[in-house]
Amino acid sequence: MLLINCPYCGPRPEAEFANGGQAHIARPADPMSLTDDEWAAYLYMRDNTKGLHHERWRHANGCGRFFNASRDTTTDVIKRTYRMGERPEAEHQGAKP
Amino acid sequence: MTGTYRVRRGDVAESRNAVHFTFDGKSYQGLAGDTLASALIANGVHLVGRSFKYHRPRGFVSAGSEEPNALVGVGATQSRYTPNLLATQVEIYDGLVAESQNRWPSLETDAGFLNEYFSAFLPAGFYYKTFMWPRTAWKKLYEPVIRRMAGLGKAPAEPDADRYTQVFAHCDVLIVGAGPAGLAAALEASNSDATVILCDEQAEMGGSLLSDRSASIDGMQAADWARAALDELRKRPNVKLMSRTTAFGWYPHNFVGLNERVTDHLSNPATNQPRERLWQVRAKEVVLAAGAIERPLVFTDNDRPGIMLAGAARTYVNRYGVVPGKQVVVFTACDSAYRAALDLKAAGARIQVIVDLRKSVSGYWVDKARAEGIKVRSDSIVRGTSGWLRVKSAQISNAQGGDAETVACDLILMSGGFTPSVHLFSQSRGKLSYSEELRAYVPGESVERERSVGACKGLFALESVIESGAKGGRDAAAKAGFPPHGERSYAVSAQSVGADAFIGSVMTDHQAEKRAWVDFQNDVTAKDVRLATREGFRSIEHVKRYTTTGMATDQGKLSNMNALGVVSKQIDVAVPKVGLTTFRPPYTPTTFGSFAGQSRGDLFDPVRKTSIHAWAEAQGARFEDVGVWKRAWYFPQVGEDMHAAVARECKATRESVGIFDASTLGKIEIVGKDAAEFMNRMYTNAWTKLEPGRLRYGVMLREDGFIMDDGVVGRMATDRFHVTTTTGGAARVLSMMEDYLQTEWPDLEVWLTSTTEQWSVIALQGPNARKVLEPLVDGIDLSADAMPHMSVREGRICGVPTRLFRVSFTGELGFEVNVPAGYGRAVWEAIFAAGKPYGITPYGTETMHVLRAEKGYIIVGQETDGTVTPDDAGLGWAVGKAKRDFVGKRSLSRPALVREDRKQLVGLLTTDPKVVLEEGAQIVLDPTHPIPVPMIGHITSSYWSATLNRSIALALVRGGRSRMGEELSIPMPDGVIKAKVVDSILFDPKGERLNA
Repeated sequence: MLLINCPYCGPRPEAEFANGGQAHIARPADPMSLTDDEWAAYLYMRDNTKGLHHERWRHANGCGRFFNASRDTTTDVIKRTYRMGERPEAEHQGAKP
Repeated sequence: MTGTYRVRRGDVAESRNAVHFTFDGKSYQGLAGDTLASALIANGVHLVGRSFKYHRPRGFVSAGSEEPNALVGVGATQSRYTPNLLATQVEIYDGLVAESQNRWPSLETDAGFLNEYFSAFLPAGFYYKTFMWPRTAWKKLYEPVIRRMAGLGKAPAEPDADRYTQVFAHCDVLIVGAGPAGLAAALEASNSDATVILCDEQAEMGGSLLSDRSASIDGMQAADWARAALDELRKRPNVKLMSRTTAFGWYPHNFVGLNERVTDHLSNPATNQPRERLWQVRAKEVVLAAGAIERPLVFTDNDRPGIMLAGAARTYVNRYGVVPGKQVVVFTACDSAYRAALDLKAAGARIQVIVDLRKSVSGYWVDKARAEGIKVRSDSIVRGTSGWLRVKSAQISNAQGGDAETVACDLILMSGGFTPSVHLFSQSRGKLSYSEELRAYVPGESVERERSVGACKGLFALESVIESGAKGGRDAAAKAGFPPHGERSYAVSAQSVGADAFIGSVMTDHQAEKRAWVDFQNDVTAKDVRLATREGFRSIEHVKRYTTTGMATDQGKLSNMNALGVVSKQIDVAVPKVGLTTFRPPYTPTTFGSFAGQSRGDLFDPVRKTSIHAWAEAQGARFEDVGVWKRAWYFPQVGEDMHAAVARECKATRESVGIFDASTLGKIEIVGKDAAEFMNRMYTNAWTKLEPGRLRYGVMLREDGFIMDDGVVGRMATDRFHVTTTTGGAARVLSMMEDYLQTEWPDLEVWLTSTTEQWSVIALQGPNARKVLEPLVDGIDLSADAMPHMSVREGRICGVPTRLFRVSFTGELGFEVNVPAGYGRAVWEAIFAAGKPYGITPYGTETMHVLRAEKGYIIVGQETDGTVTPDDAGLGWAVGKAKRDFVGKRSLSRPALVREDRKQLVGLLTTDPKVVLEEGAQIVLDPTHPIPVPMIGHITSSYWSATLNRSIALALVRGGRSRMGEELSIPMPDGVIKAKVVDSILFDPKGERLNA
């Protein structure tokens, strides 16, 4: 069971959280202006990272807040958790604007 | 009489109490502190089981948790019976009842050994090869026979009478294993302010020190030093000692599962004691001191009772005071077996010969054996044995072959060196590296906050074991933030046994390998493993699955390295290149009870009940599970079945008035300056112009355009919405709303609050609903003009504040009375009493389903399955076309979602009105079409409609709305049913009743 550091509550066991998929995928501001392919890419295409991966978590059985975590998918080590709206650390490659 | 093989244990004269137990119905006597294995050996019993495939007689191989053969069933009653326990771990107590397994009619005369004679026909992979043909024989012939033969113990026939508990614990340092390394680690780590847990799977802590009569530490004999160290640890308030506790699994972030066996060793456990505790320990730092497991040697007929690991025999003699045999042949590839031989000799056994694989042998232990007159034969092997229920002799020859000498014996000791127990390290995703010297994998780079010390790290000399344990303990405490107050020194006096080792098969004659066992429990021979490589398997993962080597309950603790050795030699590829099978939890079999804990029976799953539940129960309602809610399903009266009850409830509601508990509906209060804008974005509908006091049916999509949820929404004020969701969807909907609000539109001023449990909802439906309610309501005009369909008013009912919805899920004039949940039951009863003159009838979810289906109202999850758009469901009218954006809008114009042949919701009326279709049944155009018949849709809802006096159904049908009047076919096992496509609204299509 992962130990996840909620930026609002502190470290808590994984059972309190729900994973929210890859982070830093912003909903397009004007979806109707997108082509079908662009919209399909937003809907369905996700990275399958081996290594450092930025993902969303919700402290569902706690404060209820969403936040981001940078987790190494090969070791499950969570390098950092940070609030929504904050950027992943610069040296972390693979983060999308 | 405590057994003819009993000897004095250690140097201490001691008195141990006699303990009486039975094995296979026969009474035996052991001594306190014995395991079932040591007590049976004391009585000369070595035959304890039959092998899995060939039913070969088997005896004890080991003295610990790595035992592959001595599996027993324990328990005097079925409700306290546990199969597949290891006799080497079961502690005896007065009254213990144990039995052998996998034999019929008895252990001595087992009919299954006939498999032995057919062994030529049961090679590796025989399941895959043999039972393919003829196909029909599988069910009738092969499967029943295999099922009878297969499996080990018998599952108990009665529910488990014991209680199991679960505990969460945190500590600074967790130390796994209380042998020399673990004890040293604990002494050092706890010499600080760190909290320390030291656990060990055995009854007595001390590990290999308890079996060591030659080494001394700090001037004490090894076992005495261990006991003194434990006394010291017991005095420290920051240390928790846990014996009989197996660290069975490593989970991410230093989370370790411990299984503590609390009462299994007791004759009369206190009734308040659980049988086992599952400890879920989060440790800042972990010290792995799990030790090492001795490896068997692979030679022909190496599986007879009386052939065991050298170290195990040493443990039986030194720790338990039993000598496993009196005429001993030792077969070894390392020095440690010499040490064992000397200990057995000291206990009175005769060592016939030590057969050593190594070309030349020398050193302290070899010299000592020779000095004591023991014959040592180097560069030699045991290449065969005799004896059916107990080994009788060994055939010894030069390693390269030649004539064999037969030596009589009742015990053969074997040792191929030691395999470090890297299980937890590997589970923690640490990288293993192969040591050519040890012929074993040892811990490499760590991923988690742990370190391996002692034998599990590949260190076997006592001095370095203790030194590494002490260093690991200090390191762990310091890294956890508690630097130890000092360092102590350990004066260790022990002769090293070196680290020589061997893996693979010792046989040079491959023909003889068909009885050279690699995996004892699963009956896999060296020949089987070589066969797998000949058939093309290269990776050890594939060899494992094909031959089943390492797949038994011992998970290859003894066999994995030897299987690797055989494969490596056969295909001439270095061991690390052949690979290594994955170590998975649990380390040893762990009971289901431990994992289930208190979650059984009534506590298995939480149950949600509405405030009106008890009333419905008193009325004799039948309930159904909806998520974890209990909902009243129907209210049968005396003599009624479900069909009759539902027909009566429907009729009463349509003709007068019915009352229904809708409290389980999900409810979310959406409040804030931007509430309407938020609603616009989350739902397909337009909300800006909805006036306060009005209701609207809302549809919510996922971003992919498919229906996620629906519900009636009331606008209570310009900045306040009372949203309802489906019963099962409440949490999902709130979570999705929170997701968008927090992550996409944090600028919106909106607050979301779940109010599901705050409101009781009483639906009152039927032409007389208004008449029943009117006298109870204060401050609300219920008349059709003042309060039309789809409106909401706030006021009081029975003196209690209410949000009164005029809404209908039945097609009748209807109200939903929301009152604070604490008043739910009282208001319900008041309404029920007021309805008596009108014959008010409580109805359940089944009637609710029928009534709504008659009106073509969908149920999300029944008419929809995650691939249904609003248009498919006939809800195109609920989509705000003018809105610039909402969740899912863009997807609605994707090519696949606008195709004309999408499945659309329609009504279906069977040609024979008495036939009720089956929900989920497939719909076809031409039932005579050759298989596979193209399917054009399926039935989503189907009921008997008392109102219409016929069956009704809803269905999703390809291009359904353009098929009105068409006759479709529903093929069923007993014939084809014909049905006509009609509009989905089957009752009161103009909605006159609802607007009454």
